[in-house]
Amino acid sequence: MAEYQTAPPGAGSGRRLLTWIDNRFPLSKLFNEHMAQYYAPKNFNVWYVFGSLALLVLVNQLLTGIFLTMHYKPDAAKAFESVEYIMRDVPWGWLVRYMHSTGASAFFIVVYLHMWRGLIYGSYRKPRELVWLFGCAIFLCLMAEAFMGYLLPWGQMSYWGAQVIVNLFSAVPFIGPDLSLLIRGDYVVGDATLNRFFSFHVIAVPLVLLGLVVAHVIALHEVGSNNPDGVEIKEKKDAQGNPLDGIPFHPYYTVHDIYGVSVFLFIFSAILFFAPEGGGYFLEFNNFIEANPLKTPAHIAPVWYFTPFYSMLRATTDLMVNALCVIVAAAAVAAILRGGFRAGGKVAIALVALVAVYLLKTFDAKFWGVVIMGGAVLILFFLPWLDDSPVKSIRYRPSWHRIVYGLFLIFFLALGYLGSQPPSPAGNYISQLGTLVYFGFFLLMPWWSRMGVFKPVPDRVTFNAH
Amino acid sequence: MHTFLSRFLIVLGLALPLAPALANEGGYPWDRFPANKMTDVASLQNGARIFTNYCLGCHSASYMRFNRLHDIDLTDDQIKKNLLFATDKVGETMRSTIDPRQAKDWFGAAPPDLSVIARSRAEVGKGSGADYLYTLWRTFYRDDARPTGWNNLAFPDIAMPHALWQLQGERRAKFVDVKNPHEEGKTEHRFAGFEQITRGTLTDQQYDEAVGDLVAYLQWMGEPAQGTRVRVGVGVLIFLGLLVVITWRLSSAYWRSVH
Repeated sequence: MAEYQTAPPGAGSGRRLLTWIDNRFPLSKLFNEHMAQYYAPKNFNVWYVFGSLALLVLVNQLLTGIFLTMHYKPDAAKAFESVEYIMRDVPWGWLVRYMHSTGASAFFIVVYLHMWRGLIYGSYRKPRELVWLFGCAIFLCLMAEAFMGYLLPWGQMSYWGAQVIVNLFSAVPFIGPDLSLLIRGDYVVGDATLNRFFSFHVIAVPLVLLGLVVAHVIALHEVGSNNPDGVEIKEKKDAQGNPLDGIPFHPYYTVHDIYGVSVFLFIFSAILFFAPEGGGYFLEFNNFIEANPLKTPAHIAPVWYFTPFYSMLRATTDLMVNALCVIVAAAAVAAILRGGFRAGGKVAIALVALVAVYLLKTFDAKFWGVVIMGGAVLILFFLPWLDDSPVKSIRYRPSWHRIVYGLFLIFFLALGYLGSQPPSPAGNYISQLGTLVYFGFFLLMPWWSRMGVFKPVPDRVTFNAH
Repeated sequence: MHTFLSRFLIVLGLALPLAPALANEGGYPWDRFPANKMTDVASLQNGARIFTNYCLGCHSASYMRFNRLHDIDLTDDQIKKNLLFATDKVGETMRSTIDPRQAKDWFGAAPPDLSVIARSRAEVGKGSGADYLYTLWRTFYRDDARPTGWNNLAFPDIAMPHALWQLQGERRAKFVDVKNPHEEGKTEHRFAGFEQITRGTLTDQQYDEAVGDLVAYLQWMGEPAQGTRVRVGVGVLIFLGLLVVITWRLSSAYWRSVH
């Protein structure tokens, strides 16, 4: 417990108030620990702005969400109408609604860029595994939040998107039909679904999300930020015990991030005020038609931020399952011949592979599609233990690693594009290849991340004074 | 620091959704709606007049209040005298008096609500909802095979008869069978122009203008705040533009001491 302090004689009222508070609540202590004496590497580049921006967009979603909830009616008969009521009759309702709908897409743009930053600079490596795990959990929550929020306007895409996704759960063996019934609360998406999704969207998931964000930041401030060089700045300290390559977050990164925030708000506002529909990607055109359970749209596409995963789902056909069987068998043969296991290990591997192939062929391809879609998100959680490279940052990895990362990115974007398009034979083959590249990137990482000639990592960060 | 902005823009540009494919989704290609009508108040007012006279009998715009027409410079008096048919309160929404069940019996489909029709009919790669509606209103033709006696190129087998036929007159569509360039031995039934049967009260050019006004109104009604949105947006961007410069200089001033 901190000692009781008294303000110096003649101190101003502000100082006296702060002393009064500090004696009862660690205000100055918290500010110093997380801002003024939190040392961050001085070589952050533009990629490091997206963490603060994600926080900004989160606050935007929470505040605009509060006002939308004041006017929105979670009732299948009134929901669509109440959104138009917000757009027309609520003073500045259109602005609040567009801030929320554009904010949803902005959230995913910012978070995807934030994750990509973590990926290329190895921000998930020891000792930041928990920062990464909390982050992955945030991403998962965000997907749930966005999915359930998208049902609320009760347009055709809201309705049929939810119908398709909830139906996926019915592909789970044994418990599937009951599980999807439990999620919907009805045999089709309906008023009961809308009400429970509303409840999850406005309170349950945001509560978890906020808790995870706090955990993410606390974990980060415990271990300190990584940087583009992947050098631990805590290893070189000055006489006061502060990192030589660190600078206090406040004021240096606060002013830096305020600048980043201004640029972000400029671009965000340009979309919000001049293209709020985002060309049909942020607000889908079909969603301006009220939900009609009797009229299935010709082409159902999820919102853009889900399309890479949706592509992987669609790519999992019987052909894809056969390809997976071949891959499992080939991996088992390679492990048995080259893995250096003893006889018992070899038998075990063969058995596991046989069981895997048996399961792949026993259950429907639709179920494996769901597994692949879910696995594509869950595999991110394992990243800290898949990467075995001796360096963190892409800067000091072998040059050809950049091509690996580049291919991964290109296929991920291609999957995203194809997921927004109606299915086509060529698109399906590319999606299947993309799915294999996506999983190959992660599952083969223990091998490829060690290969090649690594560049020497400097002792200190590289920094060019401005 | 000066490269911060450019890098930021490049990074964000990478993340923006891929440009929509320009592939024509098939069907009759859409004409371009003359978008300059959106800034012409007289056009919007005329569109409102056509809408209440010709559309509101069967279609509602149940999220749109009559007195929102203030935004296109109509007064309560003008609205009451010229546009109110089914109600006498300017605060009411635009509801049609048609019975949806009867309408379904008569036409085979209940007439959809038109409040946000222009927003809902856009197609990525094909055009805006206004383009679609503008094309729809200019491609009606007589077709005795249809129950209503009317058909449409942009919306084949449309349930709605040509509500503006007195203005445009009656037309027949000519079709020719041409060889399919991609498949040997197959022919395509291709549209080859209209043929006027009876004259309407408007000339072709006047009719296009009238339809343009109507579509401008429908587009405006889809989002009555759109004018305010753009006006506020300009102010916001000017403010944020200044803020970017100020915060950039502020950030640079602090970072100058970091070596």
